[in-house]
Amino acid sequence: MLEFKNVSKEFGPVKALSNINFKVDKGEIVGLVGENGAGKSTLMKIIFGAYQADSGTIFIDGRQTRFTSPRDAMSQGIGMVFQEQSLIGNLSVMENLFLGREQEFRRFGLIDFKKMAEASRAQLAKVGLDIDPTIETSKLSFSQRQLIELAKVLTLEERISGDLVILLDEPTSVLSEDEVGLLFEIVNKLKTRAAFIFVSHRLDEVISLSDRIYVLKDGEVVDEVKGNKAKASNIQASMVGREINTEYYRQDQRLPFDKEAAPLLSVQNASVAKKFEDISFDLHAGQVLCLVGTEGAGREAIVRTLFGMHSLDRGAITFFDKPSLKITSPHAAVSNHIGYMPRERKIEGIFASMNIAENMTSSQLGAYSRYGLLKKADELKLAASWIDKLSIKTPSASTDCIRLSGGNQQKVVLAKWRSTGSRIIMLDHPTRGLDIGAKEDVYTMIREMSAAGIGLIVIPDTFEEAIGLGHNITVVKDGRAVKNFNCMQEQVTPFDLVSAMT
Amino acid sequence: MPIIVLIALVVFFTSLNPNFMSLRNFARIAIAASPFLMVAIGVTFIIIMGSIDLSMEGGVALSAVIFCFAFLFFGGTLASGGWVAIIAALGFGAAYGALNGFIHAKLLIPSFMSSLAMGFVGIGATVLLTGGGIVRIDDDVFRMLLTYRFQGFPLMVYVAVFFLIVGILIQKKTILGRNLYAIGGAEDLARASGVPVLKTRILAFSLAGFYYALAGVLQVAKLGQAESVTGANLMFLSITAAVVGGVALWGAIGGVVNALIGVLIVTVINNGMVVIGLPDYIQDGVLGLLVIAAVILSTNRSAVKFVK
Repeated sequence: MLEFKNVSKEFGPVKALSNINFKVDKGEIVGLVGENGAGKSTLMKIIFGAYQADSGTIFIDGRQTRFTSPRDAMSQGIGMVFQEQSLIGNLSVMENLFLGREQEFRRFGLIDFKKMAEASRAQLAKVGLDIDPTIETSKLSFSQRQLIELAKVLTLEERISGDLVILLDEPTSVLSEDEVGLLFEIVNKLKTRAAFIFVSHRLDEVISLSDRIYVLKDGEVVDEVKGNKAKASNIQASMVGREINTEYYRQDQRLPFDKEAAPLLSVQNASVAKKFEDISFDLHAGQVLCLVGTEGAGREAIVRTLFGMHSLDRGAITFFDKPSLKITSPHAAVSNHIGYMPRERKIEGIFASMNIAENMTSSQLGAYSRYGLLKKADELKLAASWIDKLSIKTPSASTDCIRLSGGNQQKVVLAKWRSTGSRIIMLDHPTRGLDIGAKEDVYTMIREMSAAGIGLIVIPDTFEEAIGLGHNITVVKDGRAVKNFNCMQEQVTPFDLVSAMT
Repeated sequence: MPIIVLIALVVFFTSLNPNFMSLRNFARIAIAASPFLMVAIGVTFIIIMGSIDLSMEGGVALSAVIFCFAFLFFGGTLASGGWVAIIAALGFGAAYGALNGFIHAKLLIPSFMSSLAMGFVGIGATVLLTGGGIVRIDDDVFRMLLTYRFQGFPLMVYVAVFFLIVGILIQKKTILGRNLYAIGGAEDLARASGVPVLKTRILAFSLAGFYYALAGVLQVAKLGQAESVTGANLMFLSITAAVVGGVALWGAIGGVVNALIGVLIVTVINNGMVVIGLPDYIQDGVLGLLVIAAVILSTNRSAVKFVK
């Protein structure tokens, strides 16, 4: 009933989706899998109308159509159950269910809440929830809210004449096993009324629930398997697919590091409530440690804790072999030569309204000032030298960072941390959204930093990146380190990583 | 473009009354603008940081009253030691601002609320100190700030210009100035870059308080007295001036020079209404309407996602 033909989407130079062919039949449950960055979320956003495809055609029941907005997609029967919940906590359940559609319950200009409660009970019954619809949404449990999210989408049934297609984005990631079972039961029951697109990192769940599974990789559909014939190992193999090119990641420049010397960083049984538990590792000078795992597995929290943004509940972190040194704030981290490059460059990495020189010195103004007065000439000199060293493409050192390409912005951020003399640098998705050439530049920089004796913790964008860059890889799952790989001693494959994390 | 709006206003009022464009009238505008500019510069630092400060009316009045009492305490003339009162008032302003910033940043109260409350505290303290009355200063030397003219402009205008330049230097040349833009542009990133956010916030409010106290002293120089209404109307006018001049309320855009242009726009509107002989009782309403027009003409509102 819903069909995509040759749909493509580009973001600047990056091809997010190319020639996607995808269809969902009536009453079918279709699984959608792929590693981070494979294009799943872009595809979903096109399906529910948040993005528009650059090319290709979309059909509903054989009729060509387009979705100009989520609202438009909704009116054509596409509903989205969000992973990060879209309910408004301070409104009642019924107000959330009928948000934006209150006029259906209007009587003499006032809302007839009795009628709304009545209608809400009918909707809640569809998902097997027996709760008072006037209760405040924030008072409910997470899984109850997830079901209300589904019920909200199912209100489409009464509103439109055609069939529904419902997207479920990682609906099970925060549910307990019982709750997952309940959700699956409900989904199976609703198959008569709606088709489902099921997106999940948990392969076993996708296989058990789906009639058909699409495997996405690098923005393309690389495999399509029938649910009853699917095998986790085959799907994993096609998820990671391509040959690893050792040259691409500068593997020949991966130097051994001195394991005997005291580590720059030693983490012992570190725990932060609800984020991660019992994490231990050492980081030596020149070592590259990659943290692999699904979104929300706890990798970001680990890195942020090291940077002083979360405080430790249990365990110990020792920096530079000095047990007395405690990093309790980013300010302390920076002044102790620890650098952190967050993931969303546009939001967190660069100051959009500042120029290159100002961005580079933003973490080290003390060194570029005297008595609180800035030494602007020195700032520009520093910027010029790094523009040269990293071949940053810019008209001048006082160009606003927002005008640079993504790769060049990334170089500015790296220059910021390298020029402060950082000894430990943590990089969260350093190559996300970059084109291939810019990625290679980042890999080269990582090698150079490693050769210069900097300890690096990298949260990579892909498995290949982890294997290509890391001396060591730690797989984090549900906040725990489930497996360690030593890339210098064994040949690690993406398959090994996927099997450990899913 | 704010500067074009300013020029257009000058042309407009001159065409209605040629006397508008005269040294005497420009001096009048400059006198009215001087204390007002100090307040606008102070609040601009806060707005750049992405916060808001509504304590200026209390800050100005309380600093002015403290200045007067101190001035009288030290003999009532500048020569007898009244200059100490200037230092005392400015020091008090900075401390008052720091307290305001501490309440906002350390106790995590939105600046809108904490500063509004501190403004009321300031007014209340002024009423308490003065008993609801007026404190007068009668020192010819101190009043020279208003009475002595150089090149047609009284001394207080030069004082204001001096602190305008200081403000520009703080914005462009100091760590504090740079960090204000960092926090206003992306507070999380500023924190992740090791910028001491809490300290910067408190310092910024302290700086604003210092400028409010400057405005208080200049008000006393202008009027020869201080009371609880010495800062009246400055909240609306100063924030309006900053916005009209091109300082974005969501932070990191604009600066002290924009505040200057905004202050001149608002003062020219005010003065122009008097010069063309608009009746008193409709001036406030017309000012409000003209300010809305000036904001529409001089700011780029398409860049704003939503207006809260």
